[in-house]
Amino acid sequence: MPISKSEVKYTADLARIKLNDEELEILAIQLQKIVDFIDKLKALDISGIEPTSHVLPLHNVFRQDELTPSLKTEDTLKNAPSKEGNFFKVPKVID
Amino acid sequence: MLETVIGLEVHVQLKTKTKAFCGCSTEFGRLPNSQVCPVCLGFPGSLPVLNKTVLEYGIKVGVALNCKIPEYTKFDRKNYFYPDLPKNYQISQYDQPLAQSGYLDIAIENGTKRITIKRVHLEEDAGKLIHEGTDSSASYVDYNRAGIPLLEIVSEPELNSPDEAYQYLTTLKSIIRYLDVSDCDMEKGSLRCDANISLRPCGEKKLGVKTELKNMNSFKAVKSGLEYEIKRQLAILEAGGKVTQQTLLWDEKKQKTAVMRSKEEAHDYRYFPEPDLVPFIFKSADIKIIKETIPELPQEKLLRFVKEFSLAPYEANILTSDKSLADFFEKCSRGYKNYKNLSNWIIGAFLSEINNRSIEPKDIPITPEKFTLLLNLADTGKINSLTAKTVLSEMFETQKSPDLIISEKNLSQISDSGELEQIITQIINVNEKSVTDYKNGKANALMFLIGQAMKQTKGKANPNMVTEMLKERIKNA
Ligand SMILES: [Zn+2]
Repeated sequence: MPISKSEVKYTADLARIKLNDEELEILAIQLQKIVDFIDKLKALDISGIEPTSHVLPLHNVFRQDELTPSLKTEDTLKNAPSKEGNFFKVPKVID
Repeated sequence: MLETVIGLEVHVQLKTKTKAFCGCSTEFGRLPNSQVCPVCLGFPGSLPVLNKTVLEYGIKVGVALNCKIPEYTKFDRKNYFYPDLPKNYQISQYDQPLAQSGYLDIAIENGTKRITIKRVHLEEDAGKLIHEGTDSSASYVDYNRAGIPLLEIVSEPELNSPDEAYQYLTTLKSIIRYLDVSDCDMEKGSLRCDANISLRPCGEKKLGVKTELKNMNSFKAVKSGLEYEIKRQLAILEAGGKVTQQTLLWDEKKQKTAVMRSKEEAHDYRYFPEPDLVPFIFKSADIKIIKETIPELPQEKLLRFVKEFSLAPYEANILTSDKSLADFFEKCSRGYKNYKNLSNWIIGAFLSEINNRSIEPKDIPITPEKFTLLLNLADTGKINSLTAKTVLSEMFETQKSPDLIISEKNLSQISDSGELEQIITQIINVNEKSVTDYKNGKANALMFLIGQAMKQTKGKANPNMVTEMLKERIKNA
């Protein structure tokens, strides 16, 4: 089943991306091509292969529970589009 | 008949010095946005690295909850947009959690009940939103809490009443505090609890429609919130209606729930493996090392106390509810062998001093040596038990040794018969009516006279001697 415009819209909404009707149409086609490409993997026999989430031969990388300096608050807030006092300021959100 | 089914999702804040994936401090109460860095703010190019202690604490809890610790665990991204989440995803664990399939035994009316622990996983906390500021159209964000390590502990829906849920929570808290990996203070937010609740006909296997209840900020609130929600669902079902699946917020002040406005369109978090963190693989030897650091847990300690000190289970239960308190009892027991009396004193006067002064058991200001000295002074009659309570209070106040307090305040028990004789003569003379009443068989009158003698001596008279001497004098009068 090809990807529908409404599926693209749902995904775009989750990602907070605003798309017009024309864009939805173009992206539905493009996303379909991507999914088709990935679907090629289905032709492979993977019955003996464990699912992999990480490809690098690395594991158990830790840091010790030791303090490192934090940023100065003025630096933290330097690029904030909106701030007040020590706070980041955002449009009101209510649960 | 309908049956209540409750599952709990508990988040505890792990007591590490630094955050889960960066070296920022976890200290509470600092200036907003003073404990943040490029990692916990999610700046581009920054990379998280797991705090080793976080993993160890998580495994400790998993083991203590009788979970299987898989050889392999990894982190995943849980994606959603909300201003308290700087990266727009939360680092969490999805399909390969740290620990799973454990259990917790809780005390119920006639025995214990085993509650299955579905999973235990690690994740990071979000920031804090403040809605009351100078600009009423704005919310304010403090990211100091963002990235603080949390452990999520999920039970199967096997709790059948608010009481069982309460018992589950307090038992869990006690175990985690024994492990010393979290403060588990609900009022301070280091333990948070969400519940899902549904009702179904007794005997039915399929779960009814559930609601999720959030925002219960104390152990008491969990109980009252659940009770309220069960009643609400019951009323709907009994009227022939259907429960709507939704998230509710408990309002402790109003003692009712309110429907939470949807944070997300759907709970579509699009989890995927966190590519910035490597997976973690444990050998059984690693787990063994961590296992060895687990102390005797409250339930084992309770059983041992009952056996070793011949205590009643309810006494042992109080004494072992907190590790510091249990340790205090045990230290005292080395120098003081009347365990029953020791337990009575600790559960009674000692605990009420602690509670009245809002002292955490770990901050007990008096030493076991001074406490057992006090008990010895009372046992040998140097002071009576009433005075001993006053001295105990003074010990909490000043940390002074009991013998010093007794001599400074001149609190020694009056057991000198000459001195008592004088006091008794005086009391008999001024209370003729009570003396007559007692002679005529009114037992209460004697109590009154004893009370007068104690009052006269500011509670210092040896009450047994006073009683005997009064009886003797009246008989011979
Ligand atoms: Zn940081």
